[in-house]
Amino acid sequence: MRKLLKGNEAVAYGAKLCRPQVISAYPITPQTVMVEKLADFVADGELDCEYIKIESEHSALSSCVGASGAGVRVFTATSSQGLALMHEIMWVASGMRLPIVMGVANRALSAPINIWCDTSDVMAERDSGWIQLYAADNQEALDSVIMLFKVSEDKRVLLPSLVTIDGFVLSHTYEGVDIPDQDTVDKFLPPYKPEHAFLDPSKPMSLGTLGTPATYMESRKQVEDAMRASYDVVKEVMADFAKHFGRKYEVVEKYMCDDAEIVIIALGSSSGTGKVVVNELRKKGKKVGLARIALYRPFPVKEIAEIAKKAKVLAIVERAQSYGHTGPVYADVAAVLAENGIKTLLLDFIAGLGGRDIVKTHFEKVVEESEKALKGGKAEKPIQWLGLKEELL
Amino acid sequence: MVEKVTIGSVVKNPGNTTNNKTGGWRSFKPIMDLKICIRCGQCYTFCPEPAIMPKMDGENVLEYVIDYDFCKGCGICMEVCNKKAITMVPESK
Repeated sequence: MRKLLKGNEAVAYGAKLCRPQVISAYPITPQTVMVEKLADFVADGELDCEYIKIESEHSALSSCVGASGAGVRVFTATSSQGLALMHEIMWVASGMRLPIVMGVANRALSAPINIWCDTSDVMAERDSGWIQLYAADNQEALDSVIMLFKVSEDKRVLLPSLVTIDGFVLSHTYEGVDIPDQDTVDKFLPPYKPEHAFLDPSKPMSLGTLGTPATYMESRKQVEDAMRASYDVVKEVMADFAKHFGRKYEVVEKYMCDDAEIVIIALGSSSGTGKVVVNELRKKGKKVGLARIALYRPFPVKEIAEIAKKAKVLAIVERAQSYGHTGPVYADVAAVLAENGIKTLLLDFIAGLGGRDIVKTHFEKVVEESEKALKGGKAEKPIQWLGLKEELL
Repeated sequence: MVEKVTIGSVVKNPGNTTNNKTGGWRSFKPIMDLKICIRCGQCYTFCPEPAIMPKMDGENVLEYVIDYDFCKGCGICMEVCNKKAITMVPESK
């Protein structure tokens, strides 16, 4: 069935199709409709699910941990300050290896208060042991929810995961979305069969107990090993998804990268604008390409290394900053280059914070600066903020 | 005996903290004088462990018994005893 859906609705439909048994979530702009739509489905009898109403996001994720620990399929959703409020429980969920899936409409973190799009909220959780997918459009948003349940619940993984959509840009914008039919989703995603954590009075167990210096490191190494294992599982699931639903996703989507000298790296919806600029510049004979990172954790080291080896400049356009250093994507890409001894020039462009639109002229500037760096043989200005209003400073 | 960490560090034999005898943490040991004790139950109510439990005869409390395997010697029982039936004595004695 094809419908005109906002990103929030697409995520809600994706979650509904996966038949979660418990949803516990709290509303926050721009995620609100994600959870309101799911509440409607439950109220209208379209989704047989226990919808736990709680008073905060901290309680929401805590309820999800409890429910998932009891052995049922769980979904939640949030944005920005809500995700930040969940912060301490994020590590609890991954440490307990609970396959919770979360939808996020990424939004800037306060202060100052800003309800608009950037990736500071999800980037702040990149260390937490949650698998992260960044969707570029509403179809990918819906499909990612379904893929993530399959990845998270895979016995080689058993980690929580999230898909994030650009706040307002995708969450509130209508696109034509194909809603898969329930039968095919049921075939692709069988019911969750908990093995390591479940509530059974005849087999009592304790979850979330003490881990002293004697064992904590090994407990956490196990989480890391599961994260690393999930990379192959994500690729398998993406291939399997294509077989069932006819849409093939990639951990890194490559657009005209093969012969590109300058490759722009972007996440989420801004990649769409980037591709338009790539097309225009290609007409002018410039060898430009764009790589969109969809799987952010585990980081797609192999794909980034391959792209880096072929290109002369990597220009990262990102919507978050790690204050006092570089943007997070730059730092993660730089690690891949260092690991592999790759000397490709690396430029960081901080853009679109707090919902400032990323427009074509920004990408044109990115390519201009990349060409300058290429000519000079080095990045004179390795970090730049795009579209900054100097007159306000 | 070395066991591997479980998935999610789940403890499959809950209640195994009873293997850890915290009585060894004591510096002071509570001694109860059962001739003074009126069986009011305050020591049992306030003991944080609880390391004081009632010994019952049907529905009646015969006496309160201190479990020295787990008593950490905090002295709360002595503080709340209405009859000063409990004294804290150094472990070294």
